[in-house]
Amino acid sequence: MQAECVECGAVIEVPEDVMQGEILPCADCGVELEVIALEPLALDLAPLEMEDWGE
Amino acid sequence: MSADRLAVGIVGASGYAGGELLRLLLGHPGVEVTQATSERHVGRFVYQVHPHLRRQTTLRFTARETLAPVDVLFLAMPHGQAQAHIADYAALAGRIVDLSADFRLRDPAHYAAAYGSAHLAPDWLPRFVYGLPELYRAELAGASYASGVGCNATASILALWAALQGDLLDPAQPIVVDLKVGSSEAGNAPSESSHHPARSGVVRPFQLTGHRHEAEVRQALAPRGAFDVRLAVTSVEMVRGVAAAAHVTLPAGLDERDLWARYRAAWADSPFVRIVHDRNSLHRHPEPRLLAGTNYADVGWEYDPATGRAVLLAALDNLGKGAAGSAVQSMNLMCGFDETTALSFGGIYP
Repeated sequence: MQAECVECGAVIEVPEDVMQGEILPCADCGVELEVIALEPLALDLAPLEMEDWGE
Repeated sequence: MSADRLAVGIVGASGYAGGELLRLLLGHPGVEVTQATSERHVGRFVYQVHPHLRRQTTLRFTARETLAPVDVLFLAMPHGQAQAHIADYAALAGRIVDLSADFRLRDPAHYAAAYGSAHLAPDWLPRFVYGLPELYRAELAGASYASGVGCNATASILALWAALQGDLLDPAQPIVVDLKVGSSEAGNAPSESSHHPARSGVVRPFQLTGHRHEAEVRQALAPRGAFDVRLAVTSVEMVRGVAAAAHVTLPAGLDERDLWARYRAAWADSPFVRIVHDRNSLHRHPEPRLLAGTNYADVGWEYDPATGRAVLLAALDNLGKGAAGSAVQSMNLMCGFDETTALSFGGIYP
């Protein structure tokens, strides 16, 4: 299966046995995508613990 | 010499760019380096000047006057010397790649304005292809003569190229490219300013206006408009590397996917340009330190959709993609080798 990264539009290869809540990384932009639904398959940005880069 | 390999010579092989050329060409399966000249080091083994090449070659430096005909001749001399004798070099080799600034500009008037003197061989300027394969891949294929590239010009061009190709830049908008550069850009001739106590640890504004590579950048961008591009160069604590940050205004309201699409479209067919725009990594943007010794150029961006303000980024090794790497890549195209031959080294980390 394939899905699209919601951040950068890259194609994400999704294993056939993917489970709801599973985290999939995007190889292009590095975000972590959470599987929020299986039928139909839907991904969203996984919650991210932010680092303060401006510090 | 192996009959199925092209004979290659390097004129001016004792400099930093010459050493990088030697390192790359000694690992190239389609060529054999038969001559490496240096007037200062005649008779010395190559490794005595380039110690990382010990047991890589038994070549000794020779004098220019003893050059024999070769298939490909690289010229890696200080600016101004290649143009003075280009006809003599052309008599020795059917293909020439000149790493100096002598044949980068097509217009002799632009050369005179940038370098302060009239070009000595203006008739040769149109015979050379600008040796940046990412822009001139088709023109380089089968070409006889290629110029080198300016390292700061290359970083600036690659930083701007995807936005330019994506019709996101307005020629009426002045562009300033801030460049942080390493000490090897100054070459291997020592000077008061390169003396360790004076150079170590610096963040030294080197040339913030009027950099001569501006002419190369404007020439490369010219087919898309008369862009007013200015370079501001600062020397920093680094031996190899260029980090370019082009400050521009893009249309407001773009989103990340719009920019990803432009960058992917611009670089899909360029094996040595990588898009680095990472949300989660420690290394979120292009960084020159990761590219030392490679022919890669990393590009990326930072963009504020509310205002359209953007900083377009590129990083490279000034001796790699900014000099010898692009020269070998150009040779590969000129001679029909795979473009990536001998250039696949991916760098070291940390």
